[in-house]
Amino acid sequence: MNTSSAATALAHVDHVSRRFGPQLALDDVSLDIHSGEILGMLGPNGAGKSTLLSLLQGRRRPSSGTVALFGGDPTNARYRAQLGSTPQETALPDTLRVGEVVDLVAAHFAERVPTAELADEFGFADLLRRQCGALSGGQKRRLAVALAFVGRPSLVLLDEPTTGLDVDARHGLWAAIRRHRAAGTTVVVTSHYLEEIEALAERVVVIDHGRVIVDDTLEAVRSRVSSSIVTLTTTDADRVQQLPGIVMSQLGEAGGRLELAVSDSDEFVRSLVNSGLTFGGLTVRGSSLEETFLALTDRSTDTSTDTRSDAHPGIHSEGVRS
Amino acid sequence: MTSTNTESRTPTVSPLRLYGSHVRAILVETMRVPIAVIGAMAFPAMSLLFFVVPNRVVADDPVFATQAVISLSVFAVLASSLFNLGLSIAESREKPWDPYLRSLPLSSTVRIGAQLTATSVISLAAIIPVVVLGALTTAATVSALGFVLGFITLALTSIPFLLIAVCVGYAFASKAAIAIIQVVMFGFAFAGGLFLPPQLFPDWLDAISRFIPARHARDLVISAAEVTTPEAWAVFGALAWTVVAGALAVWLYRRDEGRRYR
Repeated sequence: MNTSSAATALAHVDHVSRRFGPQLALDDVSLDIHSGEILGMLGPNGAGKSTLLSLLQGRRRPSSGTVALFGGDPTNARYRAQLGSTPQETALPDTLRVGEVVDLVAAHFAERVPTAELADEFGFADLLRRQCGALSGGQKRRLAVALAFVGRPSLVLLDEPTTGLDVDARHGLWAAIRRHRAAGTTVVVTSHYLEEIEALAERVVVIDHGRVIVDDTLEAVRSRVSSSIVTLTTTDADRVQQLPGIVMSQLGEAGGRLELAVSDSDEFVRSLVNSGLTFGGLTVRGSSLEETFLALTDRSTDTSTDTRSDAHPGIHSEGVRS
Repeated sequence: MTSTNTESRTPTVSPLRLYGSHVRAILVETMRVPIAVIGAMAFPAMSLLFFVVPNRVVADDPVFATQAVISLSVFAVLASSLFNLGLSIAESREKPWDPYLRSLPLSSTVRIGAQLTATSVISLAAIIPVVVLGALTTAATVSALGFVLGFITLALTSIPFLLIAVCVGYAFASKAAIAIIQVVMFGFAFAGGLFLPPQLFPDWLDAISRFIPARHARDLVISAAEVTTPEAWAVFGALAWTVVAGALAVWLYRRDEGRRYR
């Protein structure tokens, strides 16, 4: 089809909405996935990340709008020839052996990574003869991520790739993802772990309530809401919180430390000093993506406070929606 | 790594090879939990032993005995198709492996074709005990040509059963599918003359029976085994069921997006 846009965008999501009965899972989402990037997709549970991936995989159709994958409709198997994705870890067929599952998935692709090579890279070489039902959660997860890469795809969709992995395994998996990225594979990764997105992604898309609320580079997203976290102790917390430039504030228990997210720390410290208020133990540090993320989703959920607890990353497992 | 990243790389996966991989995977999965296959083999054979063999009026008559063995073979294929295919589709739609397969470059034709083929292999296993027991314990007899023709006809007339099973599997959740499969299986078996020969039917039941695919299969296989010309209505009925169930199966597969909970 149009080769000029295909050269830059592997996938093109254009004003897509998706309903499940009365529920609007995606609300007018537009997104391009460009060749050679690692795109991190963040959002609380039920935000619409998995629904968006299922549309890109051709497993579901949008209620309105269009999804194009490699220039065609992803519900047509032909356009999925260059797409790799991960099954949920509970998905693997219990009675099949690990090697059999790898070979079955590889059979769908024109080129494949040899089973032994893939097993070495993702650390399950000693498990190839094992039935999937006998694997531990972490072993299943590594196999699931490996399956996304077995067909040497151009575009890989990783839905929560390291959920349930220990630190070593997680870092090993990140290294593998970076190697494939360096070899030219485009990667979309969703995560609850903001640390994961910070470690991997160059571009960050934040989805909440079915809408893309941020789509920018990692650096820009970090600086977007609160560039710094200021902590201090004060006897006059109320008045400190009135100062300009504060994005978010949190007071510790029993007159403890006051933590403030501020857009410009220099400007804030200047106004703090000029205010003449008493304070001590001042520290200033750059904010993590997690703090940025919480601030962003807080803003977009101002009317529905019940989702606040769900917005807390890394605690809840993915809700049933498949 | 030599992998290049060109969008113009054309997929060269042979659909036949992929089909083979899926047939093998489904059969391996089934054989590792073989109780389903054993059940499919045991029930028709037991029906023969309990209902046909003790009834010497039927068992000692070559024509009646042959028809009884054929009827139970059709029943074996019907039961195997509905349970092994219909129920396993309904169950797999509730597991996340099926949605994953749908994200692979896998066309519905290859996937459904592999499911049909794997089930046919199991159905073949299911008729072996009936045919062997029928040959050993009854007066059932068939010429070599009749056996080959009958077997081919049985395979062809199983296609509507398979397609109906696909429809049930994609239309219903597994718990509903179990109930529906049982109703369809026994309804077809009785009304189709698989348990009682249609010669014993009252006229109204015989009229209904001629619309049932089990009846088409039974009559077509019997006339093939006897090397006689089949009745036109049976041929037409089997074709009609194949076309309608086939169209419905493809539509249901395309419409399906996995199990949804509300």
